[in-house]
Amino acid sequence: MADLILKGELLVTDDWRFLDADEPIPNLEQSLVFPFTRWLDEHEQCINHPGHKGVALENTDCVTRLLSDLDELQLICIDFPSAVDGRGYSQARILRERYGYKNELRAVGEVLVDQLFLLKRCGFNAFALQADQMVCQAPKYLNPFSSYYQ
Amino acid sequence: MYQYSSVDQRLVEERVVQFRDQTKRYLKGQLSEEAFRPLRLMNGLYFQTHAPMLRIAIPYGLLSSEQLRKLAYVARTYDRSYGHLTTRQNIQFNWLKIEQVPDLLADLATVQMHAIQTSGNCIRNITADHMAGAIEGELEDPRPYCEIMRQWSTLHPEFSFLPRKFKIAMSGAQNDRAATQVHDIGIQIVRDPSTEEVGFRILVGGGLGRTPVIGKVIRDFLPKKHLLSYLEAILRIYNLAGRRDNKYKARLKILVNSLGIERFTQLVENEWRQLKDSSLTLDDFSITQFRDHFQPFEYAPATSGKDAIAAKRNNSPAFSAWYEHNTQSHKVAGYRIVTLSVKAPQQAPGDLTDVQMDGVADLADQYSFGQIRVSHEQNLILADIAEADIPALWRELVALDLATPNIGSLTDIICCPGLDFCSLANAGAIPIAKQINARFDDLDYLYDLGEIKIKISGCMNACGHHHVGHIGILGVDKKGEEWYQITLGGSAEENASLGKIIGPSVPKDDVAETIAKILDTFIANRQDQESFLDAVHRLGIPPFKEAVYG
Ligand code: SF4
Repeated sequence: MADLILKGELLVTDDWRFLDADEPIPNLEQSLVFPFTRWLDEHEQCINHPGHKGVALENTDCVTRLLSDLDELQLICIDFPSAVDGRGYSQARILRERYGYKNELRAVGEVLVDQLFLLKRCGFNAFALQADQMVCQAPKYLNPFSSYYQ
Repeated sequence: MYQYSSVDQRLVEERVVQFRDQTKRYLKGQLSEEAFRPLRLMNGLYFQTHAPMLRIAIPYGLLSSEQLRKLAYVARTYDRSYGHLTTRQNIQFNWLKIEQVPDLLADLATVQMHAIQTSGNCIRNITADHMAGAIEGELEDPRPYCEIMRQWSTLHPEFSFLPRKFKIAMSGAQNDRAATQVHDIGIQIVRDPSTEEVGFRILVGGGLGRTPVIGKVIRDFLPKKHLLSYLEAILRIYNLAGRRDNKYKARLKILVNSLGIERFTQLVENEWRQLKDSSLTLDDFSITQFRDHFQPFEYAPATSGKDAIAAKRNNSPAFSAWYEHNTQSHKVAGYRIVTLSVKAPQQAPGDLTDVQMDGVADLADQYSFGQIRVSHEQNLILADIAEADIPALWRELVALDLATPNIGSLTDIICCPGLDFCSLANAGAIPIAKQINARFDDLDYLYDLGEIKIKISGCMNACGHHHVGHIGILGVDKKGEEWYQITLGGSAEENASLGKIIGPSVPKDDVAETIAKILDTFIANRQDQESFLDAVHRLGIPPFKEAVYG
């Protein structure tokens, strides 16, 4: 099933393939997302992958370890194991504001429409909403306020 | 006080629209109970024992008369004609209908009020000295900085889902009436001894609850302009490193204790170095703008009311007692700060009726520049009363039943809602306050005892701050019965300390009697006019224990 991803204000189908922990790395020009531990452990192979490269972070991973690779990455996913676990917000701001990461930053996991406006303001620009969310209504939840204090 | 701009106003209105939509989805079954929970808590809505309860923010405890009148209207229209002042300077309504809450919030928004972040694991209402701006000897008024922090923390995108709730308090005076040492972050306005510059001392990791801890100094002096970047550094370290596996170990105090203050300080300072000169830096211009909102009133030249007061004191002992206990000196000669006791003997501490709210709003307009403060001790304050108006004000307060002359005394009790309202409670708290009031109704005896602060919580969560009561009372559940554990010697002020348990808990009916024994021991051992707290610290627990348990 093609998953719908909210990118900016648009719903698009996802063309990234998420690699498992032990799956061999296919030698095709394909957009691949590597688990963070694999990215570190098999760094040579991952970074030489010919297609687009992405990394999937847990919210306990230290984003600073990606610092030297940021230019190579077209996608970083940050996992929200629960909507009320807010560590991913800090990881996102550090990546965006401190390290200047420019490409896609995607929230995955328990991503609910009511969190979109916060996620967006921390620098996320793509959202893999949890399956039960009303995805077609999601864009209207991006901007419930006309301005903010921060 | 701070006046909303059109931008501030639009934000609270849009928050109502957002919450209305969330409530509608919940009522239609599109949002599960579980999914709605964090959303409603973030807006102060609890599902309590009897009905939904809404907690409304009163930033740093300051209200305009117009706002208080609106709260009276809310009490009448949506509740059973009363509200409850909390120990965080907020107000709660206990008997609401969920479908009506969005309308209630829309009404509040018309007077610049809201329920944003009055619960949930986010930065809560920021509290301050309830005498700020009026008290003598204050280095600076903390409220402009509280307003700066209020704005910064409102809908903060990074810190809306912290490991646990987060409380900040600020004080600018010698006497710490804001309990800065028992907050996640406590901020004291201080002068740098070397440069004379005024800035902040920052404390972290204080708190009550299950594991009471006195806060530790993380920075002795922080220049004003760095306030927000420093807070952001603390919050970020906490957000990333605070425990989330056990809600009883999730507060900042646990992280600070487990890392040690040196290590925690190092992490914060490292983070801060990166944030220090970011856009969070406050420039002099914006600080001045905030301070302009809190300029001193145009106090009339001191037409002395001293004679009128002296005359009235001569012929009315009731007035005299009230004047002595419920008023205190103001930084401007000819004015006094008046505390309205929301602790009448028959009333639940902190409960205020709509009639009282309307009445106080009128009195504020007539006598006190239209402003009212709420103290964390669950009383109201009219902070700027000309001496000449004091006798007339007293008469009006007597009529409103807000003049019980017991401020600072044994019956000026701090008390959480307990079993009567709160679904987490182990035992009643309000009935204990009533029992104490019934037992100690001789005012002269209370005055002889001097200042004694009793604080009552209905469970370990310590909303009644029992750990820092001179006498603390904690309700515990013993096989379905209400029992009470008693601590002595706590304080939340500049000499902050945690109370010590005197022995096994006592049954409900024996609480007031137990306190009587403690007080007898105090009287028997008192040196000169020593305060109760000093006596407990000097004597230690044993003589009290002996008196209670034999
Ligand atoms: S201390 Fe316990 S009983 Fe009292 S209000 Fe807090 S949670 Fe409820």
